[in-house]
Amino acid sequence: MTTLAPLIACHDCDLLQREVTPPAGGVATCPRCGAVHYRNTVNSRERSLALAMTAAILFVIANLYPIAGIESQGNRHASTLFGAVHTLWHDGSSLIAVLVFITTMLVPALELALLIWLLAATRPAPWGLRLVLAMQPWRMVEVFMLGLLVSIVKLSHLATIEPGIALWSFALLMPLFAALSSNFNARDLWLTMPHREST
Amino acid sequence: MSYVAAASLGLYACHTCGLVSRPPGAEQHVCCPRCGTALHPRKRDSIARTWALMIAAYILLIPANVLPIMETGSLFGSQRDTILSGVIYLWSSGSWPLALLVFFASIVVPLAKLAALTYLVLTIQRHHAHRARERTRLYRLLKFVGRWSMLDIYVVTLLAALVQLQSLATIKAAPGAIAFGAVVVLTMFASMTFDPRLIWDHAKENHDQDS
Repeated sequence: MTTLAPLIACHDCDLLQREVTPPAGGVATCPRCGAVHYRNTVNSRERSLALAMTAAILFVIANLYPIAGIESQGNRHASTLFGAVHTLWHDGSSLIAVLVFITTMLVPALELALLIWLLAATRPAPWGLRLVLAMQPWRMVEVFMLGLLVSIVKLSHLATIEPGIALWSFALLMPLFAALSSNFNARDLWLTMPHREST
Repeated sequence: MSYVAAASLGLYACHTCGLVSRPPGAEQHVCCPRCGTALHPRKRDSIARTWALMIAAYILLIPANVLPIMETGSLFGSQRDTILSGVIYLWSSGSWPLALLVFFASIVVPLAKLAALTYLVLTIQRHHAHRARERTRLYRLLKFVGRWSMLDIYVVTLLAALVQLQSLATIKAAPGAIAFGAVVVLTMFASMTFDPRLIWDHAKENHDQDS
């Protein structure tokens, strides 16, 4: 199998083109359809690693502590994220429980663990990066944070809400994940991986 | 300047890592020499698979909007909320920015996403040559906004988890939530199986100077 390494094809329109490396901080886009091919971020690997490790610590905190507590006429109740999934499961909504578990716990945890491993390793494994890229659309921490906001507003009319430590952690995780996606370049890692030149 | 697609030269571009390679012969199963992903010039059966997922999503859109997604039980009886009544509740309680947010995320986005994807698939099946650039942009937009529809699922989850005040009130997820979650997941899969490169296979812009 012959590879044509300096040539790339646009992932959105399949236009064959010579790969260009934009200046530091610049973006390479497809001349035909405008798709972003590559963002040349300065120190992308180091920055991504630092962000991923920070996010991992916050993610652990966000999962260990209660998100919020509610108090109404002497009754108190607080819940962690896993507690919420657990409640759904026992109330007979197992499908939704699984969906919430995958998108807010399993995928972010796996993604952060794999990213830290890939970015720190001297020879990152292709399957790890493949898995990270396949999982990315299903990581919904940002959406969850907005859902949290909406539910707190809804509940504030009914009872007193006590924000938990996990709430602040999720609030911080939102910009962290956004920074991670804009700093992480899969291409930098792909370029370090060898090709099998013949099959 | 004329544009050449990789596939028209018999080259395969990997979906995962982007490496362009020339397959050794007329083999059926070729894998990317760098990352090992199975290679195809275009995503396999893209149109048929996207249609199947879209039709399923269209059907489930009805129970998702008609059935209650949440059931509140309290001393004063029980109340069932649909997606729309949740939006109305937020609006009437004065949180109109959040009401708008939920309205867009839960009602406008799923519908608009399905409609846009249907339009894209139809234009490919009819070999439309125009506006390829705009159609590709539309695809990128709908791929980006789709996940935000999960918002209501999280709201139901959190309300059900927090409102467990034994005798006073309990909140449970209702069947509509399952249908709604399924719509979101199905439309996400549909936008993943759709191949935007098909838009360009019949495009006029192939021979135009970039605008």
